This record gives sequence, C-alpha cells and structure tokens, in this order.
Amino acid sequence: MTKEQYWRAQIRRILILLAVWAVVAFGMAIFGAPALNAFSFGGIPFGFWMAQQGSIFVFVALILIYAIASDRADRAAGLDETDATTSGASEAH
Amino acid sequence: MGIQEWTWVTVGLTFAAYLYIGYRSRVGSTRGFYVAGQGVPAIANGAATAADWMSAASFISMAGIISFQGYDGSVYLMGWTGGYVLLALLLAPFLRKFGQYTVPDFVAARYDSTAARLVAAVAAIFVSFTYVAGQMGGVGVAFSRFLQVPFEAGVGIGMLIVAFFAVLGGMKGITYTQVAQYCVLIIAYTIPAVAIALSLFGNPVPQVAIGEALPLLDGLQADLGLDPYSSPFVNNDLLNVFCITLCLMVGTAGLPHVIVRFYTVKSVRAARWSAFWALLFIALLYTTAPAIAIFAKTAILQQYTSLGADGFLAQGWVQSWASTGLIDTAAIAASGTDVSAFLGAINRDIIVLATPEIAGLGAFIVALVAAGGLAAALSTASGLLLVISSSLAHDIYGKVINPEADDRKRLAVGRGMIFLAVILAGLLGIFPLGFVAEVVAFAFGLAAASFFPTIVLGIFWKRANRQGAIAGMAAGLAFTFVAIVLMRAHVVAPGVFGDAPLLDSFLGIKAQGIGVVGMILNFVLTVGVSLATPAPPERVQRLVEQIRYPRVMSDAELDGDLVAA
Repeated sequence: MTKEQYWRAQIRRILILLAVWAVVAFGMAIFGAPALNAFSFGGIPFGFWMAQQGSIFVFVALILIYAIASDRADRAAGLDETDATTSGASEAH
Repeated sequence: MGIQEWTWVTVGLTFAAYLYIGYRSRVGSTRGFYVAGQGVPAIANGAATAADWMSAASFISMAGIISFQGYDGSVYLMGWTGGYVLLALLLAPFLRKFGQYTVPDFVAARYDSTAARLVAAVAAIFVSFTYVAGQMGGVGVAFSRFLQVPFEAGVGIGMLIVAFFAVLGGMKGITYTQVAQYCVLIIAYTIPAVAIALSLFGNPVPQVAIGEALPLLDGLQADLGLDPYSSPFVNNDLLNVFCITLCLMVGTAGLPHVIVRFYTVKSVRAARWSAFWALLFIALLYTTAPAIAIFAKTAILQQYTSLGADGFLAQGWVQSWASTGLIDTAAIAASGTDVSAFLGAINRDIIVLATPEIAGLGAFIVALVAAGGLAAALSTASGLLLVISSSLAHDIYGKVINPEADDRKRLAVGRGMIFLAVILAGLLGIFPLGFVAEVVAFAFGLAAASFFPTIVLGIFWKRANRQGAIAGMAAGLAFTFVAIVLMRAHVVAPGVFGDAPLLDSFLGIKAQGIGVVGMILNFVLTVGVSLATPAPPERVQRLVEQIRYPRVMSDAELDGDLVAA
C-alpha cells in the first residue's frame, strides 16, 4: 500500500462518517423534526427524541467507529506507532 | 444533619481530595507543566476532557434552559456534543502528531509566521478569559447559597484551591484533579435524576423514564394552553436553530482549552480513543439533562395545576428557595391564571439545584449537588487558566519576547502567569463586568470563525499559505465581532447605544449563530487568497505530510511512495 492510498482511504472514511453526522444532526433532528414527530418512539415523538437523545448516541458511536477503523488501517499500512516512533515535544523546545 | 452540615462534609472531603491529588502531581519541567509530559492514558484524558468541558453552565443552567424551551433547547445538547465528532475526526489525532504545547504553536509552525502566532495567542486569551470569569462567579454563587459564606469569600476559597494545584502541577496537576472532579460531578448529577425517575415513574434509567413523562408533560402543557414541549421552532425559527447548533459544534471543536487536552496523551492512537471516552463521559450528563428538564417541568406544572398559584407558593421547597431570589414570589402571587407569567417568575438555574427538594430527596443528595456544581466550575476554570498562562508564558514570552530563556526560567514564568491569571479571574468573578455574561455565549462564535477553519485547512490542504490564513482569520474574527457588537451592544451598554439593536439580524441569523457566517467567510478567504499567492515553502508542505501519518516518518519515507511494511 502506498501512503497516498492510506491517506485517501482515511479521507473517504472521514467523509462518510461526517455525512452520517450531518444527516442525523441536521437532516433528522432539525430539518426533519416536524415530520418525524408524527412517529412515536417509546412514547416520545421521534424528531424530538433524535434531537435530545438519539443524535448524542450516534455521535458517540461515530467516534468509536473512527477509532477502531483507524487503528486497523494504521496497522495494515504499517503506520501504527511504537514507543520509538511516537512523536513528542522535545524538552529543549 | 441538615443540608448545610452535609454540604460542609461533601465539599470538605472533595476539596481535600483535589488538594492531595494536586500535591502528588507536581511537576519540574515545562513539558510536564504544559502537556502533562504527554503521558496521560486515553481514558483518564477522556474524563479530564469531560470535566474540563462541562462547566458550571452545563451543570447548573443547561437543564433549566431546556426545561423552559422544550425542543428548542436541543441546540445546546447537540451543539456541545456534536462538536466532538469534528474534533475527533478532523483535529485531535493530527494535532497530537504535530505534538507541541499550544494551539498557537501549530498555527505558527504551519503558517510559518510569528504574526499568526500572536493573533492566535491573543484570540486564545480573549476566549478563555471571558469564559473563566463566569466560572469564578459560579463558584462564588455555589458557596454563598449552600454554605452561607459571603460571595467574595467563596470566590477567594475557589481561587486558593485552583492556584494550589495549577501553579504546583500545571497541566499534570490539573488533569488528574479533573479526573476526580468528573467522578464527583457525574455522581452528583445522575443520582438525583435516577432517584426521581424511580420515585415518579418506577424506572431507574432517566433516559427511558422520559417515555412515561413526556406524554404526561405534553398533556399538561396542552391543558394550560401552551405549545407541546416536543414541538420544534417555538422560541427560535428553523434557520436560527440550525445556525446556532452548527456554530456551537464548530466553536466547540475550535476552543483552545479543549483542543490542548489532546496534546497531553501518549500517542495519535490515544488521541482518537480519548476523544471517544470524552464524548461518552459527556453523553452521560448530556442525555440525563433533558430527562431532568422534563421531570422538573412535569412536577412544577402538576403542582401548579392541582394547587393553583397560591397553593404552589405555600409548598415547603418554594418557601425555602424564595429567600434566594430565584423564585419571584410576588410575581407568582400576581400571576393569577396567566401560566406564562407564572413560569417567567421561576429562575432557570433552580431546576437542577432544587430538583432534589422538589422530589423530596434527602439533605445528603442536596449537598452532593452542591459539591458537583463546585467540581464543574473549578475543573473548567483550571483548564482555561492553563490556556491563558501558556499563551502568555509560552507563546508570547517564550517564543517572541525571550526565545533564549532556559527551561527553568520558562517554568517559573509559566507558574507566575497562571498565578496572575487566577487572581485576575477571581477579581472578574467578584466584580463582574456587564459584558461578561453576554460574551461567554459568543466565545463559540469567535472560536468557530477563527481557529476551526484555519486548523482544518492547515491539516487537509497543503496549498493553504500564510497570506490566506491571516486574511481568513482576521476577516472571520472581525466580521463576527462587529456583527455581535451591532446586535448586542444595546444590552451591554444601554445608555451609550440606545435601547434597540443597531442591527437586528444578518440575513435572518441572530447573534448566537452568526459565527457560522464568520466561519464561511474565513474558509472562502483562506482558499481564495492562498490560491492568488505563492504556495507555502517545501519545509511547511513536509510538515503537513508528516502529521497525516500516525508514526514518525523518516525523510526518505516522506519522499518515497511506499510505506515500509
């Protein structure tokens, strides 16, 4: 794998996750809220539930997926860090 | 024991723990002082970030605001959590790879410019100071309300505690104290919510119990002639709900005291995981807050419906809070059958503080909430003070005024600056300037219009150069600042600017969401001016290439195509 391929895959992953983020936060919880409120979710109008509960769960899940997928991609490309190859601020900086 | 004795016990014990942890975490180098030696485990950094992030406003005020705004209060819930997705995906891992001390460090290196460092440092100081003054005020209020000491003494005690662990331990002391403060604040927030959910709805999970409570509340609101609690766009129109949410999200991702937390972890991998832990810990409180909001509104409207305004006033918990001025008893007595006037007489802050009493919980729980509110205020204040001190001591003194200073000298200056910042913040808490409360909400607009576009383009677009970044940051900041002043100056200084806003809205967008326009302006100008001027030097382009990959890459690897493995 070239490092350009690694970076392109990383960009693609970020864009997909951000698309989900935007659809959930803006599409469902704001612009779609009046329409989705017609449906009930456990006794709660669904648009309202997405805005005050569901969207937050989705945000947590998105970061979890990103962390897991990035770990895998790093290892597959041989770009994961060891103690010797972790960047740090020099003391004399 | 009564509420006051229990409060002394909970506050005394938690403060003793903070002091002990602060003493154990003292440091001897600038790397320890600014970035905790870059050795903080991901989960600990997550808890510290959550405590750093959740301020007195999140803990005390947010549930109350949601309670009175219903759906439209969602802007805070989504805005202050959704920003972490941007932070985790677009900023945190790459800034950790860059691996220096401050946000202005990155701006200066990426755009190869001392002027950009100074602009960034001044913006960081400004944003953090407006924020911290509110925290110190919150500490004073919590002390004076729960412990009956004078307001000024409360601020003084808070200053002493923060000064102790911040001056001694810097970022390391602050980080481990914040971990303890997160535990205190989340316990203090969730226990009353669980107890209420269990006693009123027979379900111990507040996030589930709202399924029972909300239909009840929507019914009560309908009986009283109010819009349903779950109806969108009652207090704010669609455009402003969208703009405020986006502005708070982008602003969250651009706030220096949040970003800098991701410099303290061991590795790029740990930065991603600590963003996950941080949002998980934050989500515990942020999904509980709307439940508390619903429970409290339901309880208050039930009491009002069954007892009437006079009967409501006669209740024990209302009597005990009347003396604090948070319930305007005269206005309630005069409200008659006007439910809007009745609700308007109840201060938003009372929702979290008085909920345990509304639900008839014991004195110990009330005392726990007091300790939790103090933990929230102190942890946020300490993180902000570190940003102020690092901007002054590292970015301005260490990098511009005296670059020759050795590590010992820099550490001494850092400690001096943080001590100075604590004193200033305390004074701002005791003598609040009229504009502080106004400006805190707009710190997000300014962060959204300045740091976020500049850093994101710096990471993802090699062609972004110094001219573009400076033009973008300056225009974004100036536009947002001027627009907010035009819209809000009449509130800050009514005598000078008349009593009507000079500008009502910008294309229908009100002051709270205007940072979105500033952010777009910044993006457009940075791209446009960069393309019209020469590409950044080879050295800078190599830096951008380097931060994209988690492990340190050799020069040969950066020049070549293939990864070694």
